[in-house]
Order: sequence, then structure tokens, then C-alpha cells
Amino acid sequence: MNVGYLYSLLAVIVLGLIAYAGVEAAGLQWLFGILIPYLGLTIFIAGFVYRVMDWAKSAVPFRIPTTCGQQKSLPWFTPNRIDNPATTLGVIVRMFFEILLFRSLFRNTRVEIRGERLSYKWVIWLWLFALMFHYSFLIVVIRHLRFFLEPVPWVITLLEKADGVLQVGLPILYISGVTLLLGATLLLLRRVLIPRINYISLAADYFPLLLIIGIAITGIMMRYFTKVDVLKVKELTMGLATFHPAIPEGGISGLFYVHLFFVSILLAYIPFSKLMHMGGVFLSPTRNLANNNRRIRHINPWNHPVKVHTYEEYEDEFREKMIEAGLPVEKE
Amino acid sequence: MAKIPKPQELFKSIDYSIPKKKWEDVPPDFSEGKYCYPTKRKNLEYLDFPTNKGEWSPTDEDWQLPDNWEEIIHNGFKERLEKYRSLKVFMDICVRCGACADKCHFFIGGGDPKNMPVLRAELLRSVYRKDFTTAGKILGSIAGARKLTPAVIKEWFSYFYQCSECRRCSVFCPYGIDTAEITMMGRELLSLLGLNINWVLEPVANCFRTGNHLGIQPHALKEMIEFFCDDIEELTGVRITPQFNRKGAEVLFITPSGDYFADPGTYTMMGYLMLFEHIGLDYTMSTYASEGGNFGLFTSAEAVKRLNSKMYMEAKRLGVKWILGGECGHMWRVINQYMDTMNGPADFLEVPVSPITGTRFENAASTKMIHITEFTSDLIKHGKLKLDPSRNDKFKVTFHDSCNPSRAMGLLEEPRYVIKNVCNHFYEMPEGTIREQTFCCGSGAGLNTEEIMDLRMRGGLPRANAVRYVHDKYGVNMLACICAIDRAALPPLMQYWVPEVGVTGVHELVANALVMDGEKERTVDLRGEPLKEEEEDTDE
Repeated sequence: MNVGYLYSLLAVIVLGLIAYAGVEAAGLQWLFGILIPYLGLTIFIAGFVYRVMDWAKSAVPFRIPTTCGQQKSLPWFTPNRIDNPATTLGVIVRMFFEILLFRSLFRNTRVEIRGERLSYKWVIWLWLFALMFHYSFLIVVIRHLRFFLEPVPWVITLLEKADGVLQVGLPILYISGVTLLLGATLLLLRRVLIPRINYISLAADYFPLLLIIGIAITGIMMRYFTKVDVLKVKELTMGLATFHPAIPEGGISGLFYVHLFFVSILLAYIPFSKLMHMGGVFLSPTRNLANNNRRIRHINPWNHPVKVHTYEEYEDEFREKMIEAGLPVEKE
Repeated sequence: MAKIPKPQELFKSIDYSIPKKKWEDVPPDFSEGKYCYPTKRKNLEYLDFPTNKGEWSPTDEDWQLPDNWEEIIHNGFKERLEKYRSLKVFMDICVRCGACADKCHFFIGGGDPKNMPVLRAELLRSVYRKDFTTAGKILGSIAGARKLTPAVIKEWFSYFYQCSECRRCSVFCPYGIDTAEITMMGRELLSLLGLNINWVLEPVANCFRTGNHLGIQPHALKEMIEFFCDDIEELTGVRITPQFNRKGAEVLFITPSGDYFADPGTYTMMGYLMLFEHIGLDYTMSTYASEGGNFGLFTSAEAVKRLNSKMYMEAKRLGVKWILGGECGHMWRVINQYMDTMNGPADFLEVPVSPITGTRFENAASTKMIHITEFTSDLIKHGKLKLDPSRNDKFKVTFHDSCNPSRAMGLLEEPRYVIKNVCNHFYEMPEGTIREQTFCCGSGAGLNTEEIMDLRMRGGLPRANAVRYVHDKYGVNMLACICAIDRAALPPLMQYWVPEVGVTGVHELVANALVMDGEKERTVDLRGEPLKEEEEDTDE
């Protein structure tokens, strides 16, 4: 069995211990509370921009959409305007479904051998876990903007209300926190337990999941169990946001710094990893181009000339045979 | 040709369990029957393609790679990363979610994990990480990077020639990662080292010289077509005299050369000829541009362009107005997604207008080339064909969507519309096996070669399995398709898995039903077989 996840688990634990010890034993609050978060964010922004620009530099020589429905041809055949877009608007709608609703993943099927036949089953688990994970993450990130904005915009307050609609516990339980942890855990279990997925997984597939699980666990612990001093946290985060960073007096628990360190590591890790799929999905040529090649010419920037075999060369070789067979020729 | 097991045994041997060893440590299988034969050197030399140092076989330890092979691959990879955003993005953004894993027909029919699209791409990706990414350079195998070695080249050769570039996985990938792109790049890189398979390169060399994959010379081509005309006359009483290389014709007709050559493609060819005669189309064929297919697509972008260039050059020389293309799969990938970009603009041609119905094909306004089922469905819609679908009554027909017209074009309804108008009994295969989710015949992208019959029967199993389903349920006995490779590959596939089912091109069915002017009463179909089932004859 592929035990790549052990490396990643070890890495995440060591990272957590470094931050905890760094703050609790060595008193390096400024390092883990100010310098590293700034560094992480800088690497994220610069790295992300660099990667996207780097992709954009590469040419798109051919328009190669994967068509998933009827083309636009004759008027009495109803085209599938979304899955086989012929216009830019169609492409935008296709990308909307792809990026916000994971359209392609929703098609997922599973092959099974039944007796002497193959059969296919529609399976939505991966789609469901992925959707749960990504949207929970998004809501959690948006909720956290309250730590970087003063006054807190009403949108965020509203989102928090909605997120806490279950009215369970005190502080009120946020659904997104639980579903984030659940989604990430399910995706991780899938990788560890399903042999086929385990076989294709790299350490780099486990690491971000474990890191995010680490972020979720430390966050949940702070909010519901160790009850971190939220006012002090906000003092620190507002300092970061306003570029007047300072470590609040009286201190914040080491757990908070572990949480912040994990987030910083995640930010810095994104540009070097598969997590760039969040940018790359926009640039995928099989999805973001219209299927209209026969109607509108696509230009290849490096369309260099190639050696061709001309008709003249062809006729020169076969002229006698052609004449004999009564085929017209250019030169008798 | 290596012996292949009986269907039941082959089916039982499908094994989805996962090997104990990591995939990097499992060498490819080069036993007889598991690999395609390498190309003969003369083909490479004729095309001025790169060569390796000498004769070689995949079973050899030493593949005679050029001395600077690592440099060639590194530079070739780098060049392609700059030339193809698809490659670069696809190298970077796969999250290995596994959605593609059981979408590949070769994986479904065999179980080799490296036929999961994700691992097929990892074969390239691992080298990419080592050579072109920071994490891969520093962390090595922990980051999924590995050094390029001759063993990796061998693995590429094995698995990039176990992919038919069908794009089914790309339908299911949340980022649209297209293994066809990966395989094309992999094959291009191998080609830089002189490593190609004969079943692809010989047709490329033939096509470059004679204008078609089969190497049919002009006089022979004319003879073959005239031979079909004799058959047509015998069957229908109507004499057809198609013309070749005729200047000033309105339409240039180009079809894959498989249609000239072997049954049942030849009946499809006869179907085209009868249709054109019936409607009085002013057309010509060309002996120079006598190939619709393009095996260059299975070699390199450069080869695609070199072969495809003939279509426009010949259309220009002959002064036709537009081009009509026959039933072919990968040909239509090239025409729909590459031709105009590579060899256009075709500003010397006109937007195709059907001379019979007046329909203007705006969807081909730039390429100036339309598909025969687009053309024929327009004729039928306007009532221009006299049809007697009961002549196809002995057939219970289902339709196999070819990979490329479905996933690189979206030509789904046109052939169905034609079939439903010329046949009374049509049944769809189950959802999930047709249209954009259609399964490959198992022999696409140059894999239609005898020496890998085991692989082909496995790869074709998902298609055959779906045919079996409609055969059992509705008594389907005829599998229609619009692809010359299908017409060559599906008969042995059916023979192996569902021997009760035959294979036909759509225009063979059209011609069976077509009531031509001045024809004699038809008692047999294009194959010379009675129109009615024999047992019914004996009842009478």
C-alpha cells in the first residue's frame, strides 16, 4: 500500500510543533504572528500571478474544446449551447457550470463487472464531497474576513448568521466549519482507503488535505474548546491588515499561532502545487473555447510552414500511369 | 500474430486489483502481442523524420537511441510546453481525483492501472516535475518526480501506444484534462528519437507520396472505383461514371481510403456514388487528395499539417467551390479542429451551398468543408431523396458514435436523422455508452494493427458490451458507424464478442433505401444479399 500520506502527516505535525514551540517556548510571536504571515501572503500573490502569467505565455495553437453535446449545424438540429458552445456566451455559461458547480465531475460513473457483463453506475459521491469541501472552505474564508475589516460589513455578518442557523451550542456552531472538516476528511479517507485512488496518490496529494484538516481542527478547538481571546486575535489581524503589525499585549495562545502558521504555509504552498487548479481551470483549452472552428478561423501564432508534397511532384511520379488510365494531367 | 484467449476467458481475466509494487517499479510488458511493431526505417527516411541509430525491436534491451537522446527529449518537452498551453496546464493542475480512472476502455477491458488516464499522464508528468518544476528538482520522488531513463522511454512507448486518443476521459475530468493531448505530445517526443510504430508511419509515408494511406496509385484508384460502378450497375441497372481530378467541378469529394479498399467500407463508398448520381451532384474526386483520414494525427502536428495540406491545395488547383467529406472519425477531428488553422485560410473557396436544396452551411463558413451526414440530412429534410426504408427491414440497427465526431465536433443528431429516415428499426445503446460518452472501437489512433489483437479486443469490450445489450434486448443485428477505422475494426470486434451483429456505414444504408431514377427492381442489398431474411423467403 502507498503510505505517502505518512510523510505528509509527519510534515504537518512537525510544522504544528514548530509553531507551538516557537511561540510557547522561544517567544517568537513576531516571527509566527507577523513575519511568516506576510511572507506567506507575498509568496502566494507573487507566485500565483507568476504561474498564471507563465501559463498565459504559452500559445493556444488550436481550438480543441471537448464537445459534450450536439453541435450547431443545421437549423432543425437543436444544438447544446452549453456543453458544446458555439459562442463566447455559451463558453461563459459552460465555464460557470464547470467552476461553480463542478459540472464534469457530476457526470461521474463507476464501472462494475456483473456476471459476464459490464455495467456503469452514476456515482455522485466524489462530486458531493468536492462540492462540500470547496464551498465550506469558501464560506470559512469569507467569514474570516471579519478579522481583517472594521467595521465588519453586513454581508459577512449575514453570512455568519446563515452559517449558524442551527443555533446549536455557545458559541453558536458554524455549519461550514464542520462540513469543511468532514469534506476534507472524506476526501482524505477516499485517498487512503480506496486502493485505486491510493495507488495514484502522491505525498503532494495528502499534504494539502492534512494541512487544511489541521487548520480546521485548530480553528474549531480555538472557537469551541479553548475559547481563544477573540479581541486580541482581532487586534493582531487588524494590525496586519492595516500594515501596523503588533503582537497584542498579554499574548494569545500557542494554538492560534499554529493555526496561523498552517494558513501561512498553505498560502505559500499553493503556487508550487496542484492547488493551482483554482487558476488553471480557467485556462483549460478543452473547456474555455467555443466549438466554432469551421465558422471562424482560429489563428496559431507559431503556424510555421512544413514540407508538403505538391501536385506537380505527384504528377511527375505518376504521369504516365495517369495518362494511360485516362486521368487528366497538367503536363502531357 | 499472437494467439488470443476465447472471449469468456478474456473477460474473466479482467483484473482491477492493484499491483503490490508502485507503478514506477512495474516495467511495461513487451511480450509478443503486447506491443506494436516499430516502423520500417524507409518510412522515416522518406518523410525526413528523425531516426534512431539502427534497427530495433521493443523486445531489445538497447533501443538504439540517438547519443544525445536526453537532450532531445528535454528540448522537445520545453518547446512543446511553450507551444501548447494545454500541455503546460495539464501538467500542472491534475489533482489525481481519480474521476478518469475507469473511463478508459483499455482500463475497463484490461485493468492495467497505467491505462488509467491519470497514470498515463503521470508518465510524462513525473519527468516534467523533475526537469521543469522547483518542487520536483528539490524533493525528487516525494514530489512525484523521476529521472528520465531509457526505461521511462520504453514505458512511454508502451502506454502512449495503448491510448486511442478518444478523449472520453476528458469529458469526466473536472479540469478538462485531455489525455489525447498528453498522448499526442508523448508520441511526438518519441518520434523525435525515431521511435514510431509501423501501422501509423507507413500510412503517413504512403499518404505523403500517393495521396492516401493505402498507397493506392492514381490508375489503380480509378480502377477500383470503376469496379464498384460495375457492381452498382449489376445491382440497380444504373451506370455511374464518377470523375477524377476534373477541373471546374462544383464540389470536391474526399473520403478515407479505407472506403476504397475493404468490406464493408466499400459498400459505403458505393453508397456515396449512388447518392451523388441520384441527385446529379457536380463533383469530382481526386487521386492526389484521395485520403480523408490523417494518420499524421497519430504522429505529430507537423505530420498532420503535411498530409492535410493536400485537400486545400487540390481544391484550389481544381477550382472547386467547396469540399464534401466522407464518413470518417479522426478525419473530422482534423477538419473541425485543425485544418483551417493549419492550412487555411481557404479564401479561394466559397461557403458551401447545397446545389440541390440551396441550404447555405454557415457552420462551415470558414473551413468550406462539410460532413456527408450534414449534407444528406439536409437532402432528406427537403424531401430530395426518394427513399424506401423497408429495404433495410431485415436490419435492426444501432449506431456507434465515433470518438472524434462526438467529442471533437458534436456530430450526434445528423447521422441519427439519416439512419432513422432510411431504416425502420433503430435502437439506441444505453446512455453512458453513446454520444459524448461513447466508447472507442478499441483500435483508434493507429492501433488497428493485427499484432495487438488482445489489447484491441479488450479496448473494444465496452463498445461490444453495449452492442450485446441491445442485441439481447431488441435483437439488434447491425451496427452502423461513420468512421472508416470503425468499419475495419468493428467487424473483428463483433466477430469476437457479439458475432450475430454486422457492421455498416451509414451511406450503405442510405443507398439500400435510395430509389434511383431508372433503377430495376431491387431484390438484393448492396452486399448482394436478399433484401428479406432468408427464412421469410422460404415461407413464401
